[in-house]
Amino acid sequence: MKRRLIIWIPLAVFVIFVATVAFSLYAPAERVIRSRMIGKPVPAFALEAAAPGHQGLTSADLAAGQPRIVNVFASWCVPCIAEAPQLLALAGQGIPIDAIAIRDRPEDVADFLAKWGDPYQRIGSDRDSRVQMAFGSSGVPETFVVDGQGVVRYQHIGDIRPEQVSEIAAAYEAAK
Amino acid sequence: MIAELGLAALWIAATLSLMQLAFGGFALRADGEALLRTVRPVAVAQAVLVGIAFLCLILVFLRTDLSVALVASNSHSAKPFVYKFAGVWGNHEGSMLLWVTVLAIAGAAVALFERKLPQRTLIATLAAQAAIGLGFYAFLLFASNPFERLSPAPVQGNGLNPLLQDPGLAFHPPTLYFGYVGISIAFSFAVGALITRDVGANFARAMRPWVLAAWIFLTLGITAGSYWAYYELGWGGWWFWDPVENASLMPWLAATALLHSVTVLATRDALRAWTVMLAVVAFSMSMVGTFLVRSGILTSVHSFAVDPQRGFFILILLSLYIGGALMLFGLRVGTVREGATFEPVSREGALVANNLLLSTILGIVLVGTLYPLGVEAVTGEKLSVGPPYFNSAAGPVALALVAVMAAGPLARWRKDKAKAVLSRIAVPVLIAALALLGLMLFAPGLRILPLLGIVLAVGAGAASVAPLWKRNLRRTPLFTYGMVVAHLGIAVCLAGMASESAFTKETLVAATPGQTASVGPYQIRFDAVDPIAGPNWTANEATLTARRGSGAPFVMRPQSRMFSAPPTETSEAAIATRLDGQLYTVLGKSDEQGRWQLRLWWKPFVTLIWLGGSMIALGGLLSLIGRVRRGRREVAE
Repeated sequence: MKRRLIIWIPLAVFVIFVATVAFSLYAPAERVIRSRMIGKPVPAFALEAAAPGHQGLTSADLAAGQPRIVNVFASWCVPCIAEAPQLLALAGQGIPIDAIAIRDRPEDVADFLAKWGDPYQRIGSDRDSRVQMAFGSSGVPETFVVDGQGVVRYQHIGDIRPEQVSEIAAAYEAAK
Repeated sequence: MIAELGLAALWIAATLSLMQLAFGGFALRADGEALLRTVRPVAVAQAVLVGIAFLCLILVFLRTDLSVALVASNSHSAKPFVYKFAGVWGNHEGSMLLWVTVLAIAGAAVALFERKLPQRTLIATLAAQAAIGLGFYAFLLFASNPFERLSPAPVQGNGLNPLLQDPGLAFHPPTLYFGYVGISIAFSFAVGALITRDVGANFARAMRPWVLAAWIFLTLGITAGSYWAYYELGWGGWWFWDPVENASLMPWLAATALLHSVTVLATRDALRAWTVMLAVVAFSMSMVGTFLVRSGILTSVHSFAVDPQRGFFILILLSLYIGGALMLFGLRVGTVREGATFEPVSREGALVANNLLLSTILGIVLVGTLYPLGVEAVTGEKLSVGPPYFNSAAGPVALALVAVMAAGPLARWRKDKAKAVLSRIAVPVLIAALALLGLMLFAPGLRILPLLGIVLAVGAGAASVAPLWKRNLRRTPLFTYGMVVAHLGIAVCLAGMASESAFTKETLVAATPGQTASVGPYQIRFDAVDPIAGPNWTANEATLTARRGSGAPFVMRPQSRMFSAPPTETSEAAIATRLDGQLYTVLGKSDEQGRWQLRLWWKPFVTLIWLGGSMIALGGLLSLIGRVRRGRREVAE
């Protein structure tokens, strides 16, 4: 009798495995790890301008009544080059995009914008990554959608791929 | 045109696998005897056609035919030749085609060369192999067609993930697949034997060489993969407990257990049900691994294209095959007669201990890999399980396993005395004790796992050659040498792991050219950073001059590469191999002050890890040759 039962244990384990996995596949796929910042106000900060021709960025600018996108980037970051066309496309749709340049120099940022396009309105210079970390961001590039009250509504980690432009635009619409 | 030819070949191969299954099924019935002879040629023809399909895909890639969607999204005309070739399997569709190709080749090999298995069991085995193939053909043809056309064709392709643009990739996946998928033979043998209720010593003797062959490829594949991750990822680690690595380790653990239990079954006709179970589990682990990797359900450094639809498809296949085999096992194994019995202190006893410990490690790795999924399903929380869990849970069990491995081959079959075994292992134990004493004197303060690791490696190394002691070396069969070499390989590998984790020295500096740093016994001068250009990348290359004591200085050039298609950075570590270890250097980022991050490691005896891995595979090869030769002689008689 005992042997009889033991024989079925592997099948039982396997059924549990399939059930768990099927549930995970079926459950809404949120493969991007969500930020702890979502639903929270942006940290208080005031950053100097990172490039000539742009104003600096402060937390007050992000709570001015209109939702905005904040892109964390750097001129030395290669994936940021890859996502530049996507940011231009978003800006082309009339979405206001501000930026935080991480550990960068004004002339490098200016070069970067001249070469790869300039979708940004304000650009703050975060020389020691402090504001970046307060945003709960650990790498470049990252993109946040902040609503008109200065509350983070969406975080995208990594470069924005062409097929993800609509996702970001939808998150922006949702934050209105 | 080539793409269409490939697709046609794939369809015909799928049809042939359906025929193989149907003919096999009918042949097993009393009135279908006439069909018995047709199954073998069909299995061979199927392999030939899927081979043609695979060749077509290779050709399409080599010609960079961008009207084929797969080529456009994974290749680039500027890519060096060898990576166009390797790009064939560096993506989802291509790797699944490789998967069925290997599956069909394995089936054809059995059809051509297997002579020991009773004919009915052989037919049932080939039918089972065809059934597996059929599902994966369906998956390819309906959900991942590698030959799909793009209209209009793009001007340029997307390029291959730069991490994969490495000579290692040309060989790593095919090797691993031959093991991973080759182990399907064991699965089909088990299913075949359950269908004909013919599980016994003959079945085990027939199955053993096939298991060995797949296991050799698996061992080589894992060893090569570990070395690839070590030098290509530039993190200085050789194993990350990443889900994809675990996916290859789990079938290896099951196959290793199977290899040992099948020996008990072949020699003593014991462990019948258990051996059949392991044969099912080994390939099930391969399929579960494929599923975990291909569905993208677990996040991993090896992230491939993620598509939940495909995940469901593979999950359904999994449920059919594994669920079906386990069901068959439950229904039939009760009718398989109990095998022979034995005393706990005996060769069989040691092999059972080996099996239990290997299964425990397998369980630990499986739980650690799947735990994040389970937690997410229950609480919705995301988490990942890392090296602290795996090392502390699996480490002690693995050490116990090595201890059993040292003693087991010195015990006699059927029944032995504990005292007798102890006396045979006395010398290795003494050597291990001396090693312990030496370490405590000269390297005090070692952590317990690395300390035990080194001591056990020394003891097990000595014990593994003990079976040759006082034997006529000329008359010792080749498979005994195989065992000795493989076990010695385990000891060597363990020594490398323990030494790496105990004695590695690491230095992290932000330096400007002209400065020096030291790591372990080396003085390293940072000379310069220069931009250089490759075929499809540009890089910053550092020039470092390393010198050990008053020895001759030598130059190392680690690079940080920027690939243009797709835009990605990789670091190319510069590694200097010496007899007693490796100097490993990585160039990181620069800051505004013009300082560069340099990561320097001195890893004593780290190369033993891969040397050991290769020895394990070599031992397997010796065993395989020995077994096949003896088998031929028996058949001839």
